[in-house]
Amino acid sequence: MINFIWLLLIVAGVIVATINGQPEVITDSALQAANLGVKYSFDLIGLMTFWLGIMRVGEKAGLVDVLAKIIKPFTKFLFPSIPENHPAMGSILLNLSANLLGLGNAATPFGLKAMQELQALNNGSDEASDAMVTFLALNTSCMTLVPATIIGVRVAAGSLNPTEIVGTTMFATFIGMTLALTSDRLFRFFSRRDKSK
Amino acid sequence: MIEFLIGYVSKWAIPFLIFFIPVFAYIRGVNVYEVFIEGAEEGFKIAIKLIPYLVAMLVAIGIFRNSGAMAMSVEAIRPITEFLGIPGEVLPLAIMRPLSGGGALGITTELINTYGPDSFIGRLASTMQGSTDTTFFVLTVYFGSVGIRRYRHALWVGLLADVTTFLASIYIVTRIFA
Repeated sequence: MINFIWLLLIVAGVIVATINGQPEVITDSALQAANLGVKYSFDLIGLMTFWLGIMRVGEKAGLVDVLAKIIKPFTKFLFPSIPENHPAMGSILLNLSANLLGLGNAATPFGLKAMQELQALNNGSDEASDAMVTFLALNTSCMTLVPATIIGVRVAAGSLNPTEIVGTTMFATFIGMTLALTSDRLFRFFSRRDKSK
Repeated sequence: MIEFLIGYVSKWAIPFLIFFIPVFAYIRGVNVYEVFIEGAEEGFKIAIKLIPYLVAMLVAIGIFRNSGAMAMSVEAIRPITEFLGIPGEVLPLAIMRPLSGGGALGITTELINTYGPDSFIGRLASTMQGSTDTTFFVLTVYFGSVGIRRYRHALWVGLLADVTTFLASIYIVTRIFA
């Protein structure tokens, strides 16, 4: 699936650029995007280093375990494959809370920490586990209480009521997230059934 | 009132964590400085591990977008969405949203400035931009950080959610503001 989409994006791009007689667009955007990927990773180094340091301190103090216990009923339902009181739960909660508050800078390090812990339960496989797919279903649909960036754009454009879209945004996110979680379960159910045949 | 409260929590959450976690840990007898360093060491490795995944994905999306292939696919599906009564102005945003966060924000800003923030299109674009995250980017970064190459149904789930969120945005903005 990902192989096909990746190839499709490139092939479609090259064909259209060839028809338009602009092969240099391909070269330029490939190099530019490659640099952007490296730049993002480098920007993340400081954030990751800092937050993983803080997280380890919290873990040693037993705080992450406490968080994991608090949300046990919720996570038991969403992530049945994660053992009870596993530290991954604490990281998942921190990631979702940071997303909810619109703290993108902290959400990514917490989320990547959660992925490390989920991968430890995945026996070093290069295939996503059930829990990972559910976790990313939550993350790609991104529940946010205050979409701060977009409110900023609206303020700059002179909106009379820049925050009036908060309610509609929450409604749309909620519908999207519900569908993501439901379809995740359905996909899992049907793929299991195919395998066991 | 609620908006004020949320804004307040957002502003103080990080300073609170940076203060509370080390102080609490110190009281519980943790060697805070040493433990911090120990955890922080992992940060570099994880960030660097992302590079091949990000470069692969961003290059493909960059070529697709800048070559004009993306604009062509928007035109290709326009008859279908017009038939369904979906406003054509936001179609490029719907296609861009899962591929590139920065690109989508650019389109949203342009729509808001062209049609006005309090117009139907302005409100719809704002809702669409805020209600979902960049699916391809999130999957690339999160899976890349732990070396996952086979995504199983994660991409389908993300894209299905994007389409649903898009349709839900149109429904609710029409319902509330029109």
